[in-house]
Amino acid sequence: MKNIATILRSEVVRMSHQARTPHLGSALSCVDILEVLYRGVLRIDPSNYQDPDRDRFILSKGHAASALYATLAHRGFFPLDVLNTYAQSGSCLPEHPSPYCVPGVEIGSGSLGHGLSVASGISLAARMQNRMYRVFVLLSDGECNEGSTWEGALFASAHNLESLVVIIDYNKWQATGRSDEVMKLKPLAQKWKAFGWSVYEVNGHDSLELADVFRDIPDNTGKPVVIVAHTVKGKGISFMEDDNNWHYRVPNDEELSSAVAELMRI
Amino acid sequence: MRNAFAETVTQLAEDDTRLVLLTGDIGNHLFDTFQDRYPNRFVNCGVAEANMIGVAGGLALAGMKPLTYTIASFSTTRCLEQIRVDLCYHRASVVIVGVGAGLAYAANGATHHACEDIALLKALPEMTVVCPGDPWEVQELVRAAVAHDGPVYIRLGKKGEPVVHTDQPKMTIGKSLIVKPGRDVCLISTGNVLPVAMEAAALLQRRNVSTQVVSMHTVKPLEQEFLRETFSKFPTVVTVEEHSCKGGLGGSIAEWQVERQLLGTQLICIGTDDVFLHEAGGHEFARDYFGLTPHKIMNVVLSRTCKKQNAKQLELVR
Repeated sequence: MKNIATILRSEVVRMSHQARTPHLGSALSCVDILEVLYRGVLRIDPSNYQDPDRDRFILSKGHAASALYATLAHRGFFPLDVLNTYAQSGSCLPEHPSPYCVPGVEIGSGSLGHGLSVASGISLAARMQNRMYRVFVLLSDGECNEGSTWEGALFASAHNLESLVVIIDYNKWQATGRSDEVMKLKPLAQKWKAFGWSVYEVNGHDSLELADVFRDIPDNTGKPVVIVAHTVKGKGISFMEDDNNWHYRVPNDEELSSAVAELMRI
Repeated sequence: MRNAFAETVTQLAEDDTRLVLLTGDIGNHLFDTFQDRYPNRFVNCGVAEANMIGVAGGLALAGMKPLTYTIASFSTTRCLEQIRVDLCYHRASVVIVGVGAGLAYAANGATHHACEDIALLKALPEMTVVCPGDPWEVQELVRAAVAHDGPVYIRLGKKGEPVVHTDQPKMTIGKSLIVKPGRDVCLISTGNVLPVAMEAAALLQRRNVSTQVVSMHTVKPLEQEFLRETFSKFPTVVTVEEHSCKGGLGGSIAEWQVERQLLGTQLICIGTDDVFLHEAGGHEFARDYFGLTPHKIMNVVLSRTCKKQNAKQLELVR
């Protein structure tokens, strides 16, 4: 029995190959984070996916849509065979998620730097409505180039949005270069700390470490939380790992076979 | 207009506990009563308009009824992508309130002018664009906007605008009002320039040009039935707006007219030119600069209607 993250990785590689879609490296780097969140951290029920008290997960890095779709389908939000329509003409699964496209997708995304602000609004609404849900947002490190991300960081901190949990998929790459060279991202954790956030750093591929950090987030600190998850772009497929060509490249038949074979060996 | 907005939104907040007011660090003391009564539903979002729109979108998705308030140019051009993606794409029911329509904040320089906002927002799917013409229209249309399903942009003047209507009209989004009836020329005004259009009509009337004035506060969606009637009745229709004719009310009606080939009516579009105003000067100076005074409007109408009594074709002035 394969672990779920491995199954999700095969799905994501297969989807990219079948639909000829890019951003495979970006999807693979956040699979473990999604798997841990949807396995037991998020208080959600696929059969009651509009429950006003549900936890929210916001995929701000919309280009990792394939990973979200695969995770949602495996968690029972919609049938697995819908994944076969990914990015096909007329499908409900576009390359970047559109709003309300399938159950479980909370917002449409694709343009970077939007998720944190929207998530802050949802978190603020929880306070106004006396609801106990939490809001999780997954950002890419490239997304921390956007000024609106830092507007959101200032805002959430000023308003003590402690039900807000940001996870940064820190794979050290953005579309065309190292994320510390294109813009001065380092020291990333310290930046968020200086903005008034509770900051945790974890290995974003260690599911035990991830589960621990999510479980141990203390209540009532008055601060929003950011988890800087150190990841590897293309994680899980040896010839894709930390090779930024896989931001845009699509696996050919041979690469698909070796990727799947490699995953089967795990 | 901004006082009418503050009073109305404060009243609405009493009836609807979902209502939230977000501001971009402006409106000094304007919302004191609101803040006193509903401190938990007043959010100063700071000088960060992109974030403010995103937060409003999130609030709306989670069942609240947010309004955002800041200067019109910063409410729109500054954060256009957030409006497009976070509000329109999600069909989020957020009311964006821009204060300082057109040249209302002329003295502050062109950074504070809003003469492209209608054009930009009306191009966005799902968006409704509403420009009240006087403080009474503000009261009515803010109520309507809060009740509306989907995003709405409300474009306010500043403060001290006269009440134009003689009795408080019942208003709905998308339904124009005839403020003054007439036969020869129909002036269609949108937004804060309505009092100027009324004065222009009075001047024309004195020169025996029977002039109707319409407040077409909703630029999107255009009220097509009303336009059809107007174009069948009047030889000359004049649009007046404190906004570029390109993509504004004039541009919208011109597109509509050409699409329907209703070319028997002369359309004259009066608005701001396709330039920035670099000189210093207040609201009246700026209006004069762009020909938005009663006399200049009258002169354009008189010269254009005399010059071409019979040549019935579409023309765009400015």
